[in-house]
Amino acid sequence: MIEKDQVKHIAKLARLELSEDELEEFQEELSDILDYVDQLKELDVSDVEPTSHSVDIKNVMRDDEAKDTDPERVKKLRKAFPDEEDGYDKVKSILE
Amino acid sequence: MKLDNLTIEDVRTGLKEKEFSATELAEAHFDKIQKKDEDISAFLTLTKEKALSQAEEVDEWIEQGRDLPPLAGVPVAFKDNMLLEGEKCTAGSKILENYEASYDASVVEFLRGQGSIFLGKTNMDEFAMGSSTENSAFGPTKNPHDLDKVPGGSSGGSAAAVAADMSVVALGSDTGGSVRQPASFCGAVGFKPTYGAVSRYGLIAMASSLDQIGPFAKNVNDAKLVFEAIQNKDRFDSTSVDRKLAEEEVDLEEMTIGVPKEYFSEGLDEKVEKKIKKVIEKVGEYAEIKEISLPHSEYALPVYYIIMSAEVSANLARYDGIKYGATEEADNLLEFYSKTRGQNFGKEVRRRLMLGTYTLSSGYYDAYYKRAQKVRTLIKKDFKQAFNDVDLILTPTSPTPAFELGAKSDPLSMYLSDIYTASVNLAGLPGVSVPIGKVPAEPESTSRPPQAEGLPVGLQIIGDVFEDYQVLNTAQKIEQLI
Repeated sequence: MIEKDQVKHIAKLARLELSEDELEEFQEELSDILDYVDQLKELDVSDVEPTSHSVDIKNVMRDDEAKDTDPERVKKLRKAFPDEEDGYDKVKSILE
Repeated sequence: MKLDNLTIEDVRTGLKEKEFSATELAEAHFDKIQKKDEDISAFLTLTKEKALSQAEEVDEWIEQGRDLPPLAGVPVAFKDNMLLEGEKCTAGSKILENYEASYDASVVEFLRGQGSIFLGKTNMDEFAMGSSTENSAFGPTKNPHDLDKVPGGSSGGSAAAVAADMSVVALGSDTGGSVRQPASFCGAVGFKPTYGAVSRYGLIAMASSLDQIGPFAKNVNDAKLVFEAIQNKDRFDSTSVDRKLAEEEVDLEEMTIGVPKEYFSEGLDEKVEKKIKKVIEKVGEYAEIKEISLPHSEYALPVYYIIMSAEVSANLARYDGIKYGATEEADNLLEFYSKTRGQNFGKEVRRRLMLGTYTLSSGYYDAYYKRAQKVRTLIKKDFKQAFNDVDLILTPTSPTPAFELGAKSDPLSMYLSDIYTASVNLAGLPGVSVPIGKVPAEPESTSRPPQAEGLPVGLQIIGDVFEDYQVLNTAQKIEQLI
């Protein structure tokens, strides 16, 4: 069973606030799921390369040229800011 | 003129012969939505005004005697994780409840260019996490064949829209089965292309190495036509492949078809098994049927859940209340993030975020994520070996027909719905689900007497990478046999 402190730690890493009840619920559910996926330990994978990409393509690049952004597009992106001031996205302070 | 149960061909012919106009066709579909969707809840947003102006334009093209693109005038619905500029795009989540898309997804742009008529955005499990559409923050969608049953997920809205004839075709996204499984539950055709065949630009990302957009349709030909229209190398998606897949003739009599023994064991519903085997027998009158083994099949689900959750935890980090989306009051930045995300993500999303974060965290990365990546290689090898012996593989799409709303409250039991479909995403292969008839519903817990006709069953056809047309054309031949 995964430790409660561990669940708290993961929740903090994932930036998720959990209530005390939710903490216990997730502790149980995560433990069940981790027990389930543990069956992968049955396999010998010592000589196997990991797959990170399902189809064979590598290093897809484009030319390093700057392209102008459509100002209309910028306007639409700005429209979505939850809080703004003078066209800037307003956020909480990060420095004291 | 009855405007019901039309296929793309019917629309093309109808418009050409002036049996109806694009505007009449669009209006008829909105009427159908008005009549049926109150019970089914397939749609989250309707885009009637835009649809009618799109239809007007198509009618002008017809007036001018222009050659119409293949999907002109065809009503289309989009899963609500594909961006349609100027319209809300929620991904089935509270955190994007009021988010308005600032650009079109590439697939949306392609269909716009064809003159398709956009009916609206369809319901889905939150951030595509689920197999029943019950995880939508906006309520579930019901299965048109039995309103007490789920339509499947996560693209349940799109599947139901086509199955209930509210739209001619619809787009969904498939990460572990989210197009194929709801297609199977709703009696529609659902196709997942080879990874990279269709651009993911403008698709709200779930698991980037697994996601693909695919069509729902009433028959295989329609699915093919939509695939043809959206398949493209896209400079905005570096994982999209630089090859236009080519049409391929198929002759069942020259094919060897594999049936993996691991897909016909414990957990497969008896009635589904019987129905599937009957179809395979029929196919066997033409093609050679061979029993094959995909030995790592039982590990596909745990591999899928580790890899998918890990990628999800990275992809959903952007929902932090800073640039868009819902926000909550807080005293400092950390609290702001934690409250915004904690209160606006549903349970299943938070569950998978935690699982993904855990398996990627220091000390656990090797044991879980890296190991899963290695087993993924073994699963890919299984398929590669199989395709040395056979052209295509046939399996059931889902171990059971549609289950009841609320039946699968335990997360793990819900995850098992993907047992036949997830391996296909892990290997990047093309796969389609074709409806093969119905099985009688279980009499047990339904509140109303079991429907006489029963619930749909889907047959899954899997091909090797880039063999999308072979898969679709074979599906068409099998469709004709049923």
